[in-house]
Amino acid sequence: MKPKHQRLVLAVVALLALIGAGLLAASALREEASYFYTPATLAKAEVEPGKAIRLGGMVQNGSIKRDADGVTVRFIVQDRDATQQVVYRGITPDLFVEGSGVVADGRLDKNGLFVADGLLAKHDENYVPRELKDIDMTTAEHSQDTLAK
Amino acid sequence: MIAETGLAALWLAAALALLQAFAGLGSWKSASPALASLTRPVAVAQGLLCLIAFGCLLWMFAVTDLSVLLVASNSHVDKPMIFKIAGAWGNHEGSMLLWVTILTLAGAAIALFERRLDAQTLGATLFAQSLLALGFFAFLLFSSNPFERLSPAPPSGAGLNPLLQDIGLALHPPTLYIGYVGLSVAFSFAVAALLTGKVGPAFARAMRPWVLLAWISLTLGITAGSYWAYYELGWGGWWFWDPVENASLMPWLAATALLHSVAVLANRDALRAWTIMLALVAFAMSMAGTFLVRSGILTSVHAFAVDPERGAFILTLLLLYVGSALTLFALRIGSVKEGKQFSILSREGGIVVNNIFLSVILAIVLMGTMAPLVAESMGDKISVGPPYFNKATVPIGLLLMLALMVGPLLRWRSDDKARLKRLFAPAIAAVVAVIFLALTSPQAGFWPIVALMLSAGLGVASFLPLFGRNLLRTPLPIWGMVIAHFGLAVSVAGMAAESGWTTEKLYALRPGETVSVASWSVKLEDVAPVVGDNWVAIEGRLSAKRGGFVAQLKPQTRQFSNPEQQTSEAALLTRWDGQLYAVVAPISETDLSRWQVRLWWKPFVTLIWFGGGLIALGGLIALLGRIKLPARKQNENPWVPA
Repeated sequence: MKPKHQRLVLAVVALLALIGAGLLAASALREEASYFYTPATLAKAEVEPGKAIRLGGMVQNGSIKRDADGVTVRFIVQDRDATQQVVYRGITPDLFVEGSGVVADGRLDKNGLFVADGLLAKHDENYVPRELKDIDMTTAEHSQDTLAK
Repeated sequence: MIAETGLAALWLAAALALLQAFAGLGSWKSASPALASLTRPVAVAQGLLCLIAFGCLLWMFAVTDLSVLLVASNSHVDKPMIFKIAGAWGNHEGSMLLWVTILTLAGAAIALFERRLDAQTLGATLFAQSLLALGFFAFLLFSSNPFERLSPAPPSGAGLNPLLQDIGLALHPPTLYIGYVGLSVAFSFAVAALLTGKVGPAFARAMRPWVLLAWISLTLGITAGSYWAYYELGWGGWWFWDPVENASLMPWLAATALLHSVAVLANRDALRAWTIMLALVAFAMSMAGTFLVRSGILTSVHAFAVDPERGAFILTLLLLYVGSALTLFALRIGSVKEGKQFSILSREGGIVVNNIFLSVILAIVLMGTMAPLVAESMGDKISVGPPYFNKATVPIGLLLMLALMVGPLLRWRSDDKARLKRLFAPAIAAVVAVIFLALTSPQAGFWPIVALMLSAGLGVASFLPLFGRNLLRTPLPIWGMVIAHFGLAVSVAGMAAESGWTTEKLYALRPGETVSVASWSVKLEDVAPVVGDNWVAIEGRLSAKRGGFVAQLKPQTRQFSNPEQQTSEAALLTRWDGQLYAVVAPISETDLSRWQVRLWWKPFVTLIWFGGGLIALGGLIALLGRIKLPARKQNENPWVPA
């Protein structure tokens, strides 16, 4: 092989590998990226049960209920226009309280219940999950009572 | 006075950086000995001034000088001393000052210790390093001044996020930053090589110890950070594919590729352009990581002290530096002559395969990390999590392990297939592992079993380069390579065991009840309040029993006072074959009759970090060999197999 050829072959192989990585990543992204919804956009979108999504909003006042088993918690996530029932089994995050923002990872079941397998709440008093920054403003009108610290 | 001293030191250092830029430029252009002899002391003085500024910051935090804005908003008088000091870099301004201090110290270290480079390339390197420093000085002084005064001074201070009040804060950010910023040296070397056109073995041998040093720190920083998140966040996970974690993984991937390609350049004078490119990419990834972490532009579980507006400043710097470096690369690379030839079945060929796989993983991680930003600019909100990253990176990572068994066995330039017969032993180990696992626990799933199989193979294969050598006369860099590769096998074995064989249980327990997880039976003895320096907590007292062995676990839910925040402190019981991980939390404010107890048994999980430590140790041993070598002046080229 001539010197020039080896350099060319290496460059082409590297390029092909990167294109392959790009395609692999793009297809994995299409399947695995979870889209972010608020209760209102979720109500409008037709999301198939079982697909991984993220749901963000405020935990409705008085909605947190615990099952008799002590480890399952049910609550309602709301934004200005809609609500969504959520069930979660596990220890809730430290700052998970009614009237506060929450982002839930999970999927819808066949009955339209959102089954969360992870909850992300604010983890310090200054930090708000980025997806919730816009929502806090709109729901503030609805949950004035809970904003007082 | 202290704050003003620190600020003055910073300004002086910035002025010296400007002087260094001119002197460096001059000594590259004119090769003037006068200018060259000016550059070195200026670089050292600049590093010392930054060290003084950083010392001032530490002092202010140690004495909790509340008339300083940064201290008042991030510290509190009632905090243990170690966290007061470590808290100096647990915030945006302080961490950027640490960043700049390390950057200038790296410049000073080049000026003091680099003796292998010729004067022109050294001048150009210090020129490039001073340009980097200037940008980040501007960033500190104009938008992130850590020494700003606050008048009137508040009485107590706002406090430090309790999640950060941990020994991890004292260790993890400094090591990670030495790694991130240490890569700036490789970047400056590459820029200098492009400017002078002197790309060759001598250049590669000069650059290699610097890359090794940065890579060791990055490895340690990532390993420590992973363990910290594992026990502090209380979720039982050790890697979340979170943007901030990816931000540290990407420079590591690039630096690992660079470490290998620079060996080819040093020993065989091949892969010239590619090595230069990797050096540029590695530091670009460090800056991108700093941007991601500092800007808070992506949702992260580790996002502390973020500020979007300053993110724009870092993004500008990033685009400026990376853009001009790539332009320089495009303009000058034509003048870099092509390196030597090699056959695909050779050490070089193996390293090329390693580099391609590492670059592909890097591209996948980069795409997944940036996808939410791209989607948002098109109006969609998406999040990309572990399912994507695992699916796309795990198969390639395992292919990389397969290649890793072969590469180190091959000779430079070309080798014959007969040498591959040595792979018989690792193949046996892999087959034994897979048969054993498939028979005993097929429920673990495909990937964990494949990963353990490859770990077993690599665990054996990593020692083959020592085969047939006189162990006493084997050069340190070979030992380093063997240990680091073995460390990777150990770490991957831990990951596979953790992901395939973890048992997780969640219970609501009354005191006195006993439950089981894996082969352990765990009893909730009691729940009691405890008080710490600046927190109160409820503490679960668990006794864990397996066979005749009994131990206590005391997980807590802590309520901190400044700032008001709850954290859960997991309790860990480490045995030789894994860890029992326990978290306890109240069910609700009203129901105090039962407690939520979450238990994990994670077999061999500690291997993950032990392996990470071995990888770093291997790097350290190789580095010692590289530093000692010029003094002993023995074999010119220790990587050539005898």
